[in-house]
Amino acid sequence: MSTATRTPAPQPPISDLPDAHQEPVDPKALPASARRAPLGFGVLALVSLIVFAFNAASQTVTFRISHDGDLFRVPDIVLPGMITGWLITAALVGLTVFAFLRVRSGRLTPTWAVVVFGFLFVAGFLVWVVGSARTPSVSLTGLLAGGVALSVPLVFGSLGGLMCERSGVVNIAIEGQLLFGAFSAAVAGSLSGNAWVGLLAAMIGAALVSLVLAVFSITYRVNQVIVGVVLNVLVSGLTGFLFATLLESDSGRFNSPPRLPSYSIPFLSDLPLVGRILFDQSIVGYFMWLAIPIVWFAVYRTRWGLRTRAIGEHPKAADTLGINVNRMRFLNVLLGGLIAGIGGSFYTLVSVTSFTRDMTSGAGYIALAALIFGRWNPIGAFLAALLFGFTSNLQSVLSFLGTEMPSQFLAMLPYIITILAVAGLVGASRGPAASGQPYVKE
Amino acid sequence: MTTPTTNTPTVNAAEDLETSGPKWIGSALQPVLAIIAALFLGGVLIAATDDRVIRSASYFFSRPTDLLSAAWNAASSAYQAMFYGAVFNPNADTFTRQIYPLTETLTVATPLILAGLGVAIAFRAGLFNIGAQGQILIGAAMAAYVGFTWSLPLPIHLLLVILAGAIGGGIWGGIVGLLKARTGAHEVILTIMLNYIAANLVAYLLTRPAFLREGSTNPVSPPVAESAQFPLLLGAPFRLHWGFVLAVAATVFMWWMLNRSTIGFEIRAVGSNPRAAKTAGINVTKGFVVVMVMAGALAGLAGVAQISGTEGSLSAGVAASFGFDAITVALLGRSTPLGTFLAGLLYGGFRAGAVTMQTMTGTNVDIVLVVQSLIVLFIALPPLFSAARRKKSGSKPAKKNISTEKPAQKATAVKEAQA
Amino acid sequence: MKLELRGITKKFESFAANRDVSLTVEPGQIHCLLGENGAGKSTLMNVLYGLYRPTSGEILVNGQPVEFTGPSDALDQGIGMVHQHFMLVPVFTVAENVALGSESRKGASLDLETTRRKIREISDQYGFAVDPDAVVEDLPVGVQQRVEIIKALVRDAELLILDEPTAVLTPKETDELLAIMRQLKADGTSIVFISHKLREVREVSDVITVIRRGEVVGSVSPEASTSELAAMMVGREVSLSVDKEPAHVVQETLVVRDLTVVGDNGVTLLDDLSLSVAQGEILAIAGVQGNGQVEFVEALLGLRKSSGSIQLEGRELVGRSVRQVLDAGVGFVPEDRSHDGLVGAFSVAENLVLDLYKDSRFRSGPSLKRRAIASNADHRIQEFDIRTGSPQSAASTLSGGNQQKIVIARELSRPLKLFVASQPTRGVDVGSIEFIHQRIVAERDNGVPVIIVSTELDEVYALADRIAVFFHGRLMGIVGPDTPREVLGQMMAGATEAEAHGTDTDATSVPSTPWEEQA
Repeated sequence: MSTATRTPAPQPPISDLPDAHQEPVDPKALPASARRAPLGFGVLALVSLIVFAFNAASQTVTFRISHDGDLFRVPDIVLPGMITGWLITAALVGLTVFAFLRVRSGRLTPTWAVVVFGFLFVAGFLVWVVGSARTPSVSLTGLLAGGVALSVPLVFGSLGGLMCERSGVVNIAIEGQLLFGAFSAAVAGSLSGNAWVGLLAAMIGAALVSLVLAVFSITYRVNQVIVGVVLNVLVSGLTGFLFATLLESDSGRFNSPPRLPSYSIPFLSDLPLVGRILFDQSIVGYFMWLAIPIVWFAVYRTRWGLRTRAIGEHPKAADTLGINVNRMRFLNVLLGGLIAGIGGSFYTLVSVTSFTRDMTSGAGYIALAALIFGRWNPIGAFLAALLFGFTSNLQSVLSFLGTEMPSQFLAMLPYIITILAVAGLVGASRGPAASGQPYVKE
Repeated sequence: MTTPTTNTPTVNAAEDLETSGPKWIGSALQPVLAIIAALFLGGVLIAATDDRVIRSASYFFSRPTDLLSAAWNAASSAYQAMFYGAVFNPNADTFTRQIYPLTETLTVATPLILAGLGVAIAFRAGLFNIGAQGQILIGAAMAAYVGFTWSLPLPIHLLLVILAGAIGGGIWGGIVGLLKARTGAHEVILTIMLNYIAANLVAYLLTRPAFLREGSTNPVSPPVAESAQFPLLLGAPFRLHWGFVLAVAATVFMWWMLNRSTIGFEIRAVGSNPRAAKTAGINVTKGFVVVMVMAGALAGLAGVAQISGTEGSLSAGVAASFGFDAITVALLGRSTPLGTFLAGLLYGGFRAGAVTMQTMTGTNVDIVLVVQSLIVLFIALPPLFSAARRKKSGSKPAKKNISTEKPAQKATAVKEAQA
Repeated sequence: MKLELRGITKKFESFAANRDVSLTVEPGQIHCLLGENGAGKSTLMNVLYGLYRPTSGEILVNGQPVEFTGPSDALDQGIGMVHQHFMLVPVFTVAENVALGSESRKGASLDLETTRRKIREISDQYGFAVDPDAVVEDLPVGVQQRVEIIKALVRDAELLILDEPTAVLTPKETDELLAIMRQLKADGTSIVFISHKLREVREVSDVITVIRRGEVVGSVSPEASTSELAAMMVGREVSLSVDKEPAHVVQETLVVRDLTVVGDNGVTLLDDLSLSVAQGEILAIAGVQGNGQVEFVEALLGLRKSSGSIQLEGRELVGRSVRQVLDAGVGFVPEDRSHDGLVGAFSVAENLVLDLYKDSRFRSGPSLKRRAIASNADHRIQEFDIRTGSPQSAASTLSGGNQQKIVIARELSRPLKLFVASQPTRGVDVGSIEFIHQRIVAERDNGVPVIIVSTELDEVYALADRIAVFFHGRLMGIVGPDTPREVLGQMMAGATEAEAHGTDTDATSVPSTPWEEQA
């Protein structure tokens, strides 16, 4: 997220503001949400003390990095569970004190502190949870690679949502876009026998959902949240009905799309750790690595981005400068659909090659959460989606390891984090000012 | 949008409508048209996926009437089956069996009405309660726990179960109100997230010995005691239970509260103009908490209706999709108590009828979700609305929506009021 | 640029905001549109800027008829506008705001460097001192206005519309703005200056066109006398003075001590303010908009957190909830009635009990007494001559003056210990103004302490027994009602009472607290 803060005015995270002013101000001057940040730190540090430190396993924990076939071997990371738990807790407490003192002196918690805190907390959690397993050894590479793979549809969903929300249209319908994208990909891919046609259909399918959202919420100014929620029900019902009526009865014809190709880049894919994460994946995975910088550049560095941010913040100002607010919103919502659709194709053209009822199972809502936790910033949303993908991968890995950690609590994590984020307990999140409000000329 | 002249500052179509004729005609015509349009589109979908229709489409140009009659047959027989399953089955041999479908509708409608009221009351205060699903689940979990662990005589035990469900849902809703009041977090995000947290929490509880049925490997709780169940209203074989009476009572109570009580006055003021409410001495943030607790409690009662009415035990699927259906129920009912009650009956009928439809004509039950969501979309669709207007009053169409624009303004105003 | 409007009419449904308006702006001319709030000036300018389409009539630029479908057409023709409410994206930098809509590009990428250069050029030329990379929301209002002017100039505007530009400025900033306008004029830019403030208008304009109720009343030269202009504006000889007896001051019952309000962003909005009001007098609070008046009344009512002390008949009000303050006998008429004073969707009857519904007259237990509410409505509607179809009509369907009467009727419908009214007659028709003023004076004569907040000096002079002047959240002094306008103006610009008198030798000294001498 640090990259984003260097841009001219992409909603600077609050933590950078005081540096601009240089001098400390009255603590009361900080936004309430900024004053709460150390509180969030404190709670998490306490969790760390109780769970990671006092409840630490006595055994050593091994994180394997290298695999057979790697170009060269990197030694495994072997950590003593107990000591690591205490060290990490000490660091977290230190950061909490630091953040508290900063706020006391009227300055905000810097972004780096939030990132370091987050990293340490996740590390502490991993050491603790793996340490509590019967076999305290896990492949870090596999954990990360699996997490990245699971986050692919989330990232596309978030980026699609970002297109809408940055223009001032709340998109609750990401779930519907992913599901309809997955459905369209399966059907079109099967009928044509071509996975690329399936991908295209996924994009168009999700854009159709966008079209309904745009027509209702922009043209007719129906409340955006209502349309989003209802669209999710509609898509769920429609795909469920068609699945039962057509896809199940003739799955050979309608529901057996070919898989999109995967590529492993020679040499690079054999690098330890990064090789399997970055250079050995499906084409949609590579698209993701392309899409993030492109969207970031488009939002912060182009004319389109400037205008998009303007209509999401102060549409009337944009209007008085000759920008057609509602047309631009309309097009951006459609564009968001096309992007989300790529994420939808992941389900039926990459992950598995058939559609099942409600197969996205709430991923769209996690993508929405990632967008918010990532502060409506493409890179932030990506990192948040990565975190959420990682936790959901961890669920399945941990059940293999046999830890006591109930998988349901891991599954809750993205949602809890998002609630903490919107409540301002882990840094302020401030969405586009005009998001959710239809633009009406006087 | 190039002709801003159509939008004058104070015109509100809904108000126009209400002043240009008896109130109920205006507010009833739009939903009726929306229902007809949605059923029509649903029929088209049923017909388009029907085998005979597809076959006759291949020779459409030689005998077009085949296609049309096949389409008509497909759609009408599906809807007829739905009617038989939801209202009255003339083919049944006894009267009891003939009217059994209607009682099924009332049974299914019970949780829909209760949760729908929960969504509606939040709407009236300007809050989007997307969280009925989670509130039902937590309410159901609490109710079930009291229901299967305690043993008390009938009225007391049942009352305590009802209370537990309301408290569970109330807590889950209250969290939203509290966080919104304290931190300004948006309730839409909070409720969505809490739905998933609730689902995982219930899934977790069902892995714990305290909640797991003895000797069962499935995640299902023990059945609640007899004394914790709603007595049947009409006796066997009808499943209709006293929970329906609870729903009726809740509807009446909500009508009284909104229109006749000081709390309702406050809720409506907060919902329409939070800034003015604040200036008039109404504690807006406290209002959010109170409303969300009430909304959650009503949804929790829907959970009770499931536990003590139809299901008898807690499982991960105990809330079905009632929480999301409740949103459409409240929207169709325009957030009024009576409207929500009627919309709950309608959707209850759809659900009850859909089961019969699937067995009789093989039409998949998911068509109900399609029709349900289309109804809500059409209700908000201004062209349809202005058609209704024209029909009635002959006035010119206004490109203006109904219930939908206000909540957005409310949302902004809410933000401002909290500042 | 020469601009002509010919017979412009703009109707909203049946209401004509502009009727057959014609005027000509010569190149390099400052043309003032003078009119009261709600006279239709802004509507006319929105027509000119392409935001509204005229119902009939035409616009000519340099003799050629033009048709604007949107602001971009107006911009293309060289017309720029500085809106009353700034059209700036708060989280954008100055450069981003200026670039928006006419961005230069380098390849696919946005080129803000060109914009920065242009901003510096214009900023140097006019002495604006605007940093292109400053974030707009951090800038003071006066600087934000300059950003708006830069936005127009960067687009090579030959004609600049300034819509009520001085409403948010201090007198000093206003003078600076007038100087900038003269400089722009010298450089050949035509300016349409919209205002209802006579002094500024006379000072800077070449031609003054007066608009009343959407119609042009006439064009006059700036040499015309103030009273002549005012008469044209309101359509009759202005007699805002209210018939009132001298105040019969009884006892000082409202005592404010060291009241301080700090805003969310740490800015001190109200600084150690102390004043008191006695039963039977009207204290008017004067000042330019945004100098702490709103914060003062909000703190008084408990809508805002404050420190210090507010005592009403010995009871402390600081730290109390709004409900408690209202129950302590404070009647309050908010500045923005449609947002703060009324619930538009509620009926007139419901609005008449909006903050009284818990009163035992209208409530029994948790239930509302519907009959009592209805008869209260009938009673108030008659007493205050509220023009409404029915007590059950939604309040939003009433005119501004009648809406204001609802608020005032409600607040005066119980025995009060303090009456506070912010901008009581803003946007209210002339007939209602008189009525409202009379009611306020009557309340004073009942022995209630009254506080009036008004940015209209005429209203201040008409009502006040004493005048408190606010500047930057501080009290500059409390003066008598016969203090000359010049002195008041100086104080509104930040001079203390003594300084104001010192610089203005003509002014005679006035006792600052007349009632204290009586006591």
